Amino acid sequence: MIAYIIRRTLYAFPILIGVNVLTFVLFFVVNSPEDMARMHLGMKYVTPEAIQEWKQARGYDRPLLINVAADGVERLTDTIFFQKSLHLFVFDFGRSDSGRDIGYDIAQRMWPSLAIAIPSLLIGLLVNITCAMIIAFFRATYIDLWGVIACVVLMSVSSLFYIIGGQYLVGKLLNLVPISGYDTGLNAFKFIVLPVLIGLASGIGSGTRWYRTIFLEELGKDYVRTARAKGLEEHSVLFKHVLRNALIPILTGVVVVLPLLFMGSLITESFFGIPGLGSYTIDAINRQDFAIVRSMVFLGSVLYIVGLLLTDISYTMVDPRIRLH
Amino acid sequence: MRALSKRKPAKVRYTGPEHWARRRTDCCKNAARPWRRELNKDVNRGFPSTGSAVCARRFWALFLCTVLVGALSACGKSPWNNPYPSGQARGNVLYSKFAERPKHLDPGRAYSSNEYAFIAQIYEPPLQYHYLKRPYTLVPLSAESVPTPVYLDSAGGVLPATASVDDIAYSIYEVRIRPGILFQPHPAFALNEAGEYRYHNLTDGLPAGVRLLADFRKTGTRELVAADFVYQLKRLAHPGLHSPIAGLMKEHIVGMAEFSELVSERLDVTSATGSGNGYLDLRPIPHAGVELRDRYTYRLKIKGKYPQFRYWLAMPFFAPMPWEAERFYAQPGMAQRNITLDWYPVGTGPFMLTENNPNRRMVLARNPNFRGEPYPSVGEPGDREAGLLQDAGESMPFIDQAVFSLEKETIPYWNKFLQGYYDTSGISSDSFDQAIRFGGKGDAQLTEGMQEKGISLTTAVTTSIYYTGFNMLDPVVGGAGDRARKLRRAISIAVDFEEFISIFANGRGMAAQGPIPPGIFGHVPGAAGINTYVYAWANDKPRRRPVEEARRLMAEAGYANGIDSNTGKPLTLFFDTTATGPDDKARMDWMRKQFAKLDIQLVVRATDYNRFQDKMRKGTAQIFQWGWNADYPDPENFLFLLHGPNGKVRHGGENAANYDNAEFNRLFEELKNMDDGPRRQAIIQRSVEIARRDAPWLWGYHPKAFSLHHGWYANAKPNLMANNTLKYRRVDPVLREQRRREWNRPVLWPIYGGFGILAVSLVPAFISYRRRERAAVQ
Repeated sequence: MIAYIIRRTLYAFPILIGVNVLTFVLFFVVNSPEDMARMHLGMKYVTPEAIQEWKQARGYDRPLLINVAADGVERLTDTIFFQKSLHLFVFDFGRSDSGRDIGYDIAQRMWPSLAIAIPSLLIGLLVNITCAMIIAFFRATYIDLWGVIACVVLMSVSSLFYIIGGQYLVGKLLNLVPISGYDTGLNAFKFIVLPVLIGLASGIGSGTRWYRTIFLEELGKDYVRTARAKGLEEHSVLFKHVLRNALIPILTGVVVVLPLLFMGSLITESFFGIPGLGSYTIDAINRQDFAIVRSMVFLGSVLYIVGLLLTDISYTMVDPRIRLH
Repeated sequence: MRALSKRKPAKVRYTGPEHWARRRTDCCKNAARPWRRELNKDVNRGFPSTGSAVCARRFWALFLCTVLVGALSACGKSPWNNPYPSGQARGNVLYSKFAERPKHLDPGRAYSSNEYAFIAQIYEPPLQYHYLKRPYTLVPLSAESVPTPVYLDSAGGVLPATASVDDIAYSIYEVRIRPGILFQPHPAFALNEAGEYRYHNLTDGLPAGVRLLADFRKTGTRELVAADFVYQLKRLAHPGLHSPIAGLMKEHIVGMAEFSELVSERLDVTSATGSGNGYLDLRPIPHAGVELRDRYTYRLKIKGKYPQFRYWLAMPFFAPMPWEAERFYAQPGMAQRNITLDWYPVGTGPFMLTENNPNRRMVLARNPNFRGEPYPSVGEPGDREAGLLQDAGESMPFIDQAVFSLEKETIPYWNKFLQGYYDTSGISSDSFDQAIRFGGKGDAQLTEGMQEKGISLTTAVTTSIYYTGFNMLDPVVGGAGDRARKLRRAISIAVDFEEFISIFANGRGMAAQGPIPPGIFGHVPGAAGINTYVYAWANDKPRRRPVEEARRLMAEAGYANGIDSNTGKPLTLFFDTTATGPDDKARMDWMRKQFAKLDIQLVVRATDYNRFQDKMRKGTAQIFQWGWNADYPDPENFLFLLHGPNGKVRHGGENAANYDNAEFNRLFEELKNMDDGPRRQAIIQRSVEIARRDAPWLWGYHPKAFSLHHGWYANAKPNLMANNTLKYRRVDPVLREQRRREWNRPVLWPIYGGFGILAVSLVPAFISYRRRERAAVQ
């Protein structure tokens, strides 16, 4: 397995370089260094000299990808791309274009994101699996039919509606929790309740349907018939046999998103005033802060690769037949 | 069971407060230097949230205690949905919001309203705007009086105040500041027992635990002196600061460009030799335009006559900056920890920034060293009746703290305002109908729901303009020819901005008659001030001329029925805009409809802001929309937008329409240096009339600002030029808390009902379950 992990880690490097190049090209197709300078210097009274000084101070006065004026290896190294991207591979995110330490900001902002994402994921998993198993238990009955209809209805509603509706109902009409905001420590609890509930409500439709499908597929297999034939009760069949065998597809969906929990949720964080990484990224895009954008895209790519790797490893843990070579 | 009970303590050990305390103590054992030990002590006393590792521990602790907290919050006296700590309930605190992190808090760099909302309360430039008087009047702030310029000829001889502009080579502004003003407490001023700066020689960098300015325990202060103003003026020219007004000021302040070059040379030397430790002391570097006269007096030397310069002296760019602050923040490790002057301001104003977490909230607290400033005793007619003079002569500020919470979306902000958790609010389009209704005379009134809550409304026409410009370099709509002029005038009549304001701005605007908004010298209200090319005066108000008149102008221009007489083809015009979102579609459709009144086909070219800016710089746009906010209340700040030598394409200036009329330019050159008076008013009228005739803009509208505030919020008067208005505000925290409790009683019956339904539904569910189990076995 160790050889597999090393191989997969080495595979990650060309992928990350590719992601970096793509991010770089996409960003600079839309924003030139001059645009970035204007955005940072303000809209009034900006002189060409000020723009040049800004670019020079932040290293944006170099060519983008290839320096035709340089010789040898400097053709590639004396460029914005190389100078801005190399340090990422040692997780040195450097400073944002407005001068902030990006690594510190990420370390600060990932906790609020996690504070929302982890309970949403765990409680969501529990609720979705429970609902799916209940529906699977009552398969081919009216409970199954109406359960699926309810899931489709819940899936069809925009997450924005859940957020605005949830804020209005729970925060405004019932006055149970703050509508938005965030605090540290134990005080964070009252701010987390509503986003987690809304995350739960918005994901229950799709999650339950997905897990119901998995459970129903398992229920048709021979080992289930065998279990029933030997006289096991239906709940034992479901919880002891079907659930364990359904773990592989569930893990596929869950483990891969675990690292991405760090990246936060854009809409939820924005509406609830949660100072997480989702809003950090979108703010950087709006401010044309390339340093933050590339760092966040790089981090997202790394975490996604880690997620895929963890998924593979988790297979070996839940299914003894699987071996990684 | 035994194994389980053995494992439990191990789990608890990693989340308990004792563990935090021990870990914090352990990480400080390496401290060697006294100041380092001191800092670490502070870290130990400070919030655990200063480090990410500590955050992690708190995070896990959070999950273990969620149930407990839920119970506690249910038992507390504060409303459950109170987003603030319950201990603040009756505090003399003002609650507001910010939607976006301020980019800069350095007075040399900040230039946006969201940045001024903070730094204008902290930094004190020499002058400020009178809070109540209109038209806007400059009064002293940190200066003893508003300086009167002394004019010099090229030989240095003093000229009379009435001297001709051509004779004036320099203007001297001598500013005398008030003695006894103190800076806020700050570690940059902290002294040790030997009288040396305690934190100015952190040569080994900072210990790991120091992440915030508050981690420096010792603070100090000193008296504000004229040298601090001189230092800031020098900073504005520092090439590394990237001050947005550096380029502009180089044109006006004597020696500023040369000083900037000198600083560049010094920076090159220090960078090459590695000396200076990142700090360049600007004090010994000579600046020909700034002179320190004595401890409390300095002089500024301006090129020629520039009367508008006094307004700049009311902006934070010209606020004092102690050299100690820059020296302190320039030390190794500071910038790496985000401890910078751009993040932690150092001022003399009524407030100081005690918490700067723009990811969540920013807190301004009363500056304990503030000298106090009396509330104005005079205002304009009606102010006394409105209760705006009740605090006359009282020492400001009135509040102890202002908490600004991050609130990106308008809906939660509005709902929290209605719950009493924000003291004031603007009105977004989403909530406009809920808050405002228009009376029979078109006047804005609060709805009954708002009145029942004791909410008040203030409105003011802003000192800004949103206009639609024609690119005067364009061969079709531009140029000084009669054909293009008539075409522009026809479009000016056809595009109905009254309708635009009604549909898209909820009536919050005033159709513009020219470039100068109300409240600025040169604006003429009433019949005498209307744009007669577009309006006629009827029934005591301007009435837009009929479309038939516009069609007649079109025919005279050779575009009868929208057909170009030269080519025989339909006239197609291009509208360049950044309106690319789905919400903008209605506006663009409306704009097409306005042009269609004249049978003109309007093609909307929507693009992102960068490309749009690029088009404007290159002059490839044809018709565009733009806006301008006044920097200062002087007509020059609007008329220069039409000044030929300020054209965007040829000169890189702010004249986006590239309008260039020789007569207008001549009048502008004359009026810009004049003092306000009848003669200046007459020249302004002539120049505005020329612009109206040429119609380089559809004059668009001046937006109206609508602001709501609760009954416990006092001294609210819109002042669109002043930014340092927090000190005038007063709140009644007792009334606020009372209202909050009334408005936010938790409603629990739906929760109980939900649980009841769940419980009841469990019975048939259980029966079904048993039946199903039995069926499966059979």
